[in-house]
Amino acid sequence: MNLRQTPSQTVGPYFAYGLSPEQYGYDFGSITGGDMAPPEVEGQRIRVEGRVFDGAGAVVPDALIEIWQADAEGRYAHPADPRGSNATFKGFGRFGTGTDRQSRFIFDTIKPGSVDAGQAPHLNVILTMRGMLLHAFTRIYFADEAANAMDKVLNVVPAERRHTLIAQPVGGNVYRFDIHMQGVDETVFFDV
Amino acid sequence: MTDTSNARDWAGQPPYLAPDYKSTLLRSPSKPPIKLPQTISEITGPVYGHESVTGNDADLTLNGRRNGEPLGERIIVTGRVLGDDGTPLPNTLLEIWQANACGRYVHKADQHDAPLDPNFLGGGRCVTDANGVYRFMTVKPGAYPWGNHINAWRPQHIHFSLFGPSFVTRLVTQMYFPGDPLLPLDPIFLATPAATRSLLIAEFSLDATESGYALGYKFDIVLRGRNATPMEA
Repeated sequence: MNLRQTPSQTVGPYFAYGLSPEQYGYDFGSITGGDMAPPEVEGQRIRVEGRVFDGAGAVVPDALIEIWQADAEGRYAHPADPRGSNATFKGFGRFGTGTDRQSRFIFDTIKPGSVDAGQAPHLNVILTMRGMLLHAFTRIYFADEAANAMDKVLNVVPAERRHTLIAQPVGGNVYRFDIHMQGVDETVFFDV
Repeated sequence: MTDTSNARDWAGQPPYLAPDYKSTLLRSPSKPPIKLPQTISEITGPVYGHESVTGNDADLTLNGRRNGEPLGERIIVTGRVLGDDGTPLPNTLLEIWQANACGRYVHKADQHDAPLDPNFLGGGRCVTDANGVYRFMTVKPGAYPWGNHINAWRPQHIHFSLFGPSFVTRLVTQMYFPGDPLLPLDPIFLATPAATRSLLIAEFSLDATESGYALGYKFDIVLRGRNATPMEA
């Protein structure tokens, strides 16, 4: 390493018109949003929604959640994935918790396939908000995937904390995934 | 096995919990993050290149105009985006947002009693060129008060968001201005380790200045490198 990495600073409370302008109703285009999969994308349609809770159990209305995921066949739309991807699916979504009445983040997407033999289907998550000086990484797995049992990431997480990484089906095509910054259900975050 | 040469430089980053910045108290994870080897999920990442930027996206003095020119001191902010091995990163997206010249954000949650500027939005985008260079035209943002403590004021700053080559190279940060008397009083800036704080401050540059038009500031940004290879499946 030759150069020091630029330090992170908080995203602050006012990111909406810079990072999610269309979601928040500003007159500026967005690079992405919560609707990640146009109709032509193949795969099982799912909605992933949830809320972010602070250490006092209060809902956070100014968090930003980003999702990076593979397509239904487990391929990432990135040159480092040699398999090549479904060209219509970019795999990146972004949603702020400031527009929904219940302060939810809501992603309409497709269920990803397994990206390699050692990993169950998952969404990669970046979480940031006012009060975080550095974004956090986590993952969202799906409760109805048998492959979770052999997933090499879940298996390095202490068994009693694994549930914090697993979205639960709540009816229809909807999965629920809440994020807890602190407390007994504190979400597992990763150093990757 | 995993090559972790692009690991996060924790020692140079601010911590999750920084008590003088009060919002961190309830919003910081209390448990240390769990170390993971990088897989295909981490060495890939969102790809946003030149196609994601249009028209006046990089000129904030133009992209929010309604009936005239935004007020304030015009500035140019330019620099290079590099990996921590020194390699320039071409074709990577930068997103910025900032207060107007009076220190007021367009965001509806901002209730600071300072005027909005009908001709200034404060959001911009740019993609680095083949040499990793980006350039924004904007106005210098004003300082503004915030509720962290009595008589707290944020130094003038511009928010930056970058992707870099993979999921783990993502960076969200703030650029400050040289000589700002509020910097030594700001708990967000001061939460950064002393050894790396200066990396957040732009340099005034006569070379980047456009004669008769706008002052230039240089701000280079260093992301985690691209050297990782995935672990064996």
